[in-house]
Amino acid sequence: MSQAQAEVAEKKNEEWEPNILVIACNWCTYQAADMAGSLRYSYPPTCKVVRVPCSGRVEPEFVIEALLNGADGVLIGGCHPGDCHYKEGNYKALRRFEWLKKIVEELGIEPERVRLEWIAGSEGLKFAEVMKEFDATIRKLGPNPLKKV
Amino acid sequence: MSNDEKPRIGVYICHCGENIAGAVDVKAVAEFAKTLPDVVVVRDYLFMCSDPGQELIKQDIRDGLVNRVVVAACTPRTHEPIFRKACEDAGLNKYYFEMANIRDQCSWAHWHEKEKATEKAKAIVAAAVAKARLLEPLEDRYIELTKEVMVIGGGIAGIFAALDLANAGFKVHLVEKSPSIGGNMAKLDKTFPTNDCSACILTPLMVEVANHPNINLLTYSEVESVEGSVGNFKVKVRKKQTYVDWDKCTGCGACLDVCPPKARVPDEFNEGMSLRGAIYIPFPQAVPKKAVVDMDACIKCGGRDFSGKEPRLSKSGKPILAPCEKVCPTGAADRTPYRDPNGELVELNVGAIIVATGYKVMDKHHFKEFAPEHPNVITAMQMERLISATGPSEGKLIKPSEIPKLLEAKKKGEKVEVEKPHTITFISCVGSRDNRYHTYCSRVCCMYMLKQAMILKEKYPDLDIYIFFIDVRTPGKDFDEYYMRCRQLGIKIIKGRAGGIQPLPDDRLLVKGYDAEIGKPVEVVTDIAVLATAIEPNPTLKELARTLGINVGAEGFLKERHTKLYPVDTMTEGIFIAGCAQGPKDIPDSVAQAKAAAASAMSLLDPGKMTVEPLISEVNKEKCTGCGICVPLCPYGAISLVECEDGKKKSEINPALCKGCGVCTAACPSKAITLHGFTYDQVLAQIKTIARWPEIPAE
Ligand SMILES: Cc1cc2nc3c(=O)[nH]c(=O)nc-3n(C[C@H](O)[C@H](O)[C@H](O)COP(=O)(O)OP(=O)(O)OC[C@H]3O[C@@H](n4cnc5c(N)ncnc54)[C@H](O)[C@@H]3O)c2cc1C
Ligand code: SF4
Ligand code: SF4
Ligand code: FES
Repeated sequence: MSQAQAEVAEKKNEEWEPNILVIACNWCTYQAADMAGSLRYSYPPTCKVVRVPCSGRVEPEFVIEALLNGADGVLIGGCHPGDCHYKEGNYKALRRFEWLKKIVEELGIEPERVRLEWIAGSEGLKFAEVMKEFDATIRKLGPNPLKKV
Repeated sequence: MSNDEKPRIGVYICHCGENIAGAVDVKAVAEFAKTLPDVVVVRDYLFMCSDPGQELIKQDIRDGLVNRVVVAACTPRTHEPIFRKACEDAGLNKYYFEMANIRDQCSWAHWHEKEKATEKAKAIVAAAVAKARLLEPLEDRYIELTKEVMVIGGGIAGIFAALDLANAGFKVHLVEKSPSIGGNMAKLDKTFPTNDCSACILTPLMVEVANHPNINLLTYSEVESVEGSVGNFKVKVRKKQTYVDWDKCTGCGACLDVCPPKARVPDEFNEGMSLRGAIYIPFPQAVPKKAVVDMDACIKCGGRDFSGKEPRLSKSGKPILAPCEKVCPTGAADRTPYRDPNGELVELNVGAIIVATGYKVMDKHHFKEFAPEHPNVITAMQMERLISATGPSEGKLIKPSEIPKLLEAKKKGEKVEVEKPHTITFISCVGSRDNRYHTYCSRVCCMYMLKQAMILKEKYPDLDIYIFFIDVRTPGKDFDEYYMRCRQLGIKIIKGRAGGIQPLPDDRLLVKGYDAEIGKPVEVVTDIAVLATAIEPNPTLKELARTLGINVGAEGFLKERHTKLYPVDTMTEGIFIAGCAQGPKDIPDSVAQAKAAAASAMSLLDPGKMTVEPLISEVNKEKCTGCGICVPLCPYGAISLVECEDGKKKSEINPALCKGCGVCTAACPSKAITLHGFTYDQVLAQIKTIARWPEIPAE
């Protein structure tokens, strides 16, 4: 690596900001994200939300594609167990998530980059806290290894 | 506008006054949006949702400039319907609309990081545009609504809900688990704050229910299963076996007294202070006034057990009958025909359901410190029965320990001297506002203690009455005036907790407490101690809630959709709640909620049909392999495998049942299921746009 290249790489790392995708169920976590905003709880702007009706709508492929396309972390947010608007979508999400983690590891990606959280519509504060914490975890892990190659 | 027309997207960015523009550089986002694929128009405005803001969008649609609309503003949870309507008004299919949430989820949350907030807003807009490029036009669906309502629970709340709906022309099925309607109010003597006789105001309403042409009264019945959803619930109701032919029973009561002593059990209506036979009518004013046999108590006199056997014959050749059937003048209690112990299953089709299953009071035996075994320690509900003219002592105030003696004498037609109390002490908040039992306030106890004290003091001025209160809560209309009247009558109020009751050798009771006003322990010697035990949800409420698919809160009462704005709605559309099943309350509040629930059901069902968003799933029969994986996954049973023309089985989704959760869509291994509004391509386009940020995927 030439001197100039190394400098660029270093500069890149310093400036590097994680890119985090949050796939949120409409009835709980998406509402919690709104709530965090309206109560002015701040969290890292690295986190960006995509809305789905229910955590049960999330296909494992969505997460894999996100990672393959360069997201540094993916968080799926749903309602607390027993509170799913569609009765049990979140249980299905949980079952798929166990399986998803294994695939992620097989792809050579740290499993900590994917996460499943139950955040209720009233838990604006929890949403902000989880985002801060997830952002910190991803910062420690550094950029998505698939993005480097 | 046809589907395959190339997208021409208009992006409209809202300043929301300073709410967005204060953190996000709106102009920079607008410049960026212009670079996005298929975007042809970008505008920004101070308040997009205002009339002139919406007009900007409408004009562009009418001018044929745009055929897809993205509004970057607040949250779709509140504003999507508004902008969809604007699109529709201008002639665009309203599902050609997508929202970018750059206020609640961007400017507000990142107020102090303006540059980063602007970058994030750009990413959010880019993702929304990516989805907008793939939007499809959809048509709203309508579902037919059944104009019939099931009301569960026939207390005062259920009665009012049923009557209001029936009077408005709706068919009502009133399901009550006990043999009569009336609920707890039927047990009360007089009612605060006006002290009018409970039976006098309740009985006419009960009769009106029974005679109403629009009310199908199902007493001694319980809900067994509920399927379907708003507008079309399919309900199975179990009519329990009464073991009495109700078509023949006239409610004459001849059978009540002949039941032998071995078959006598504590009478629920008198709160266990007297006994009833195995065959019984719950109370004199019962509606319907019909007898039932309690099979757990029945000793099957003469082997008469409803198994379909003819009676045995005595030596003299006469059939041996049970006393009840022998005495019944109409043959209603006849025990020869076989009666199915499972009763009968009734199927109902209703558009809405109102749950009004009320409460029960806590049993005194939970409270060991208050000598619960002592017959003169009673609950306030027992006090209601003791002072009621239909109670065990016919309203005469005696010591509860004397009731058996009185009843025995009455049976023999003799006169007897019984002891009367000189002192009565009430203890408040027993089981309420107490971390060991319930943290909530039962709300009616302060008032009913004052009521009972007032009634007793007015009738027996020589009585000494003490009430231990933690504090007196009388916030209702005319309630504090009521309290002041009580004080003027000379009822002694002690502010402080009573800690225990000790039975004295002379059969009296020593109540030990603490008087917070003088800061000292106090002791009161009393003849009767009345415990204001907490109001609790019925023990079967949790199970009923599960059957209905509605929630209960931490304390076990039914949970309303929103405490302030939707107090009688539940999270399940079409199911409403009223009365004490929702939480402890008095009669005026129970009635108000019942009327609110009835009105909500009416406004829901009256139009006869309801628009539902077409955001539901659909199977592509060509791709479906018939594996059946999706079928058991659907929480609403909307999916079934049906045989196609070619003989192969394919999956099919019933659009009336699908709620659009997308669980099946995510699970189908053949990608045969599309969830409209959240299709695989649409969601993936958003995800990829964010994942690749700041690069914009071209395809
Ligand atoms: C001691 C005492 C004194 C009171 N005095 C007064 C007073 O003076 N003034 C006043 O305003 N309020 C008073 N109250 C409060 C009053 O009793 C209630 O506000 C009122 O009775 C509530 O009516 P409800 O219809 O909600 O419930 P309930 O009266 O409990 O009726 C519920 C009905 O539903 C039925 N049910 C339960 N579960 C099911 C099921 N699964 N399926 C079918 N049916 C079911 C029950 O059998 C019952 O008939 C008093 C309460 C107590 C405890
Ligand atoms: S899971 Fe997919 S392929 Fe299998 S039956 Fe259902 S729709 Fe058809
Ligand atoms: S989207 Fe949900 S509700 Fe609709 S058919 Fe699929 S699993 Fe059932
Ligand atoms: S609706 Fe939130 S997880 Fe199902």
